[in-house]
Amino acid sequence: MAIALFVVLASIVIGSVLGMIFSRTPAYSALWLVLAFAASGGLFGLLDAPFIAAVQILIYAGAIMVLFIFVIMMIPRQEVFPADGRKVRLALSVLLAVVLAAEMGVALLAALQGDSAAGLSGLGSTRAVGRTLFQDFLYPFEITSLLIMAALVGAIVLSKKRAKE
Amino acid sequence: MIPLNWFLALSAVLFVLGVVAFFVKRDLITMFLAVEVMLNAANLAFLTFAKKQGLLAGQVIVFFVITVAAAEAAIGLAIILLVFRRRKTIRAEGADEMKG
Repeated sequence: MAIALFVVLASIVIGSVLGMIFSRTPAYSALWLVLAFAASGGLFGLLDAPFIAAVQILIYAGAIMVLFIFVIMMIPRQEVFPADGRKVRLALSVLLAVVLAAEMGVALLAALQGDSAAGLSGLGSTRAVGRTLFQDFLYPFEITSLLIMAALVGAIVLSKKRAKE
Repeated sequence: MIPLNWFLALSAVLFVLGVVAFFVKRDLITMFLAVEVMLNAANLAFLTFAKKQGLLAGQVIVFFVITVAAAEAAIGLAIILLVFRRRKTIRAEGADEMKG
């Protein structure tokens, strides 16, 4: 049952990332990615992290992707992007992908000595995550609020129209 | 029970797909989306190792990564809007020169 769920979710994630790569317009790419993030929220749930799964779906698939789609809608679609004109670039990308995949495979083989199985044990309950977040990680959490503040101010300053232009 | 290896393999595949998307796509917004895919792959790996070690720190790190991704999206999209306003295009080739 859990394995079937994993296979379904994983193929949705990979399929929609492929859909993102092969779709021509940024808007469709963003919508494919919403699907990918929602499905990977399900995978997070399988990994015993229900709180992070909810955060993933609400913040990532919800808020961040809506931000992307807003910006895409603000930019007029004046050009359709061709898949790629230059073959060299595509070939180099594929070569890079193969090398990177091989490297990750090697790293994985080393990291996977003694495998264990995923199963729910209540590790990442909201209560436990909250405890860890506000006890062990209190200072990073507070500093994060500073980061968000800086990003907010920076985004406003950057996108403000200058009077002279 | 699902072997945890599968999650790590999926994470690696996702990361590679993100890298490929970053290099294949030509508009700034989709390249940015590819970065998000890579972040997501890293999150998946963090959660897998958190599960494997039985440590909650891995899950808290994912929380921070999502927060930083939100901040990064806000700034990055503002920069993309700025590039579009100056160059009238969001193709990566349109922003290949820098001026002081």
